[in-house]
Amino acid sequence: MAERMGFFTDTSVCIGCKACEVACKEWNDVPDDGFVFRATSYDNTGSLGADTWRHVAFIEQDGRWLMSSDVCKHCTQAACLDVCPTGALFRTEFDTVVVQPDICNGCGYCVPACPYGVIDRRERDGRAWKCTMCYDRLRGGMEPACAKACPTDSIQFGPLDELRERAEARVERLHADGVLEARLYGESPDDGVGGDGAFFLLLDEPETYGLPPDPVVTTRDLPDMWRWAGGAALTLAGAVAVSFLRVSFPRVPFLQASFLRRR
Amino acid sequence: MARRQDEMVPEAGFRSYYGQPVIKPPIWHEPHMPAYLYLGGLSGAASVLAATAHLSGHERLGAASRMAAFVGASAGSVFLVTELGRPERFLNMLRLLKFTSPMSVGSWTLAAHGGLTAIAAAAAVTPLLPAPMVSRILPGCLGGRVLPFIGDASAMASAVTGPIMATYTAVLLADTAVPAWHEAYRELPFLFAGSALASAGAVGMLSTPRAEAAPARASAALGAVMETAAGIVMESRLGLEGEPYRRGKAGLLMKASRVLTLGGGLLAPIAGRSRALTALSGLAITAGALCTRFGLLEAGRTSAADPRYTVVPQRERAEARRLTVVPDPAAPPP
Repeated sequence: MAERMGFFTDTSVCIGCKACEVACKEWNDVPDDGFVFRATSYDNTGSLGADTWRHVAFIEQDGRWLMSSDVCKHCTQAACLDVCPTGALFRTEFDTVVVQPDICNGCGYCVPACPYGVIDRRERDGRAWKCTMCYDRLRGGMEPACAKACPTDSIQFGPLDELRERAEARVERLHADGVLEARLYGESPDDGVGGDGAFFLLLDEPETYGLPPDPVVTTRDLPDMWRWAGGAALTLAGAVAVSFLRVSFPRVPFLQASFLRRR
Repeated sequence: MARRQDEMVPEAGFRSYYGQPVIKPPIWHEPHMPAYLYLGGLSGAASVLAATAHLSGHERLGAASRMAAFVGASAGSVFLVTELGRPERFLNMLRLLKFTSPMSVGSWTLAAHGGLTAIAAAAAVTPLLPAPMVSRILPGCLGGRVLPFIGDASAMASAVTGPIMATYTAVLLADTAVPAWHEAYRELPFLFAGSALASAGAVGMLSTPRAEAAPARASAALGAVMETAAGIVMESRLGLEGEPYRRGKAGLLMKASRVLTLGGGLLAPIAGRSRALTALSGLAITAGALCTRFGLLEAGRTSAADPRYTVVPQRERAEARRLTVVPDPAAPPP
């Protein structure tokens, strides 16, 4: 297995040029996601989805613009991968999470399972799609298209451990410069998804960027869910047995309600 | 003019990206998904009824329940396959068995359960067919002696797959990031099991001579009470995450379901020998079970579409964790 590779997206230097969105579409042949004027900001792609694998968010605040290029987080504990019934979603040798389009049968289970709302089904083709971290480029020893195209190095690609160190240093630097609101998001292996393979440096609360503040992989509770379902299944069988027991007491008055009998 | 995103947020202290959802809503369709949930549950509980009826000598109820179990599983499978984005690839569901995927477990359960209930139903209808026809289709003693034996064995085995059929769908919904579904993972299986039992009881009541339908009536009543109890506990335990079950279209469906299920369920045991009351009770329970399934899907969509349900509980959790962190004594005082 190769080293775990990842993205560190430093939003403090993002200029909102969307070169990442364009490069991703070009390289991966991702279809058009609509030319929509959203009337909220310079954002014309809205959110990540089947046809948007990099999404640049624009947040207009008093005296500043926040810009951030969102992407699949390639979670350590990936709910989409856990719940995929066909094995179409798999973990690569780079520890990234990728859909195999020739296997996916479009059941759609990964879509509501993702705690970040990343993966979605492309309705005109019936299958689920998301960022592959340019699996083909990685195998060829190249960096993903978005990172390659980013003119300010807001999107950095590399071995995850190295990126985490670099990100720590960057936050310290920003704090020293007085940007106290700088914080890392998704960098900790102790979070609810075991850490993100693609993590961020943000300048505000995650929810401002449309990110969940404390995501948890849903399958963490799955053993417990199966136990509760087991209890319910046994209760069902027991209730049926009880229903038949009553036959032994056919003259219990409230069950017979003789006033309803036809004479 | 909209100036800042803060103006769009419905509650103080809660922020989002232009009010957009954080997670994706379930993409499952109506009526496919709710119909499958109903039919799968009906089939699961009916197979348990069929097996128990066979053991206790209620042959008419047993045969009717076998048919209900078969029709539920096969019609449900059709809805399930047409729900796929690539229906021609439905067999990929059986590429592997994954316990981390309730849909994988469910697919295998449905495959086994569908086969078993089909054999059990075939054995139940064979005696009703004219003998020459049976002997033309099934060679030799197959129709006479072998099929009834295999049919009974299959009916018994489907009493094992049945309860899984009736409850795995609750895990299917709960094992998502949808707050209204995930947070309800304790009560949902009981709600599904109760609703399935009531549905199977209702079909048994409607399709069996009344003299033999007493266990079906009791099942309908017990199931209705179980579903109602689970629903009440669920809605009272869930805080903000439970709101979608009480509001809007989902709220209406859940309320209708409560009234129909409980009304029909309580009517079932006293309907006794009145044909009209039996029909009323059975139809009310069936309508209630359908309302439950449509309501659950709608609540899930509402829960995913409003970022409040995702952000607020997570923010509270994060804040609580931050406050419980023990301060570092070496750190300088603030």
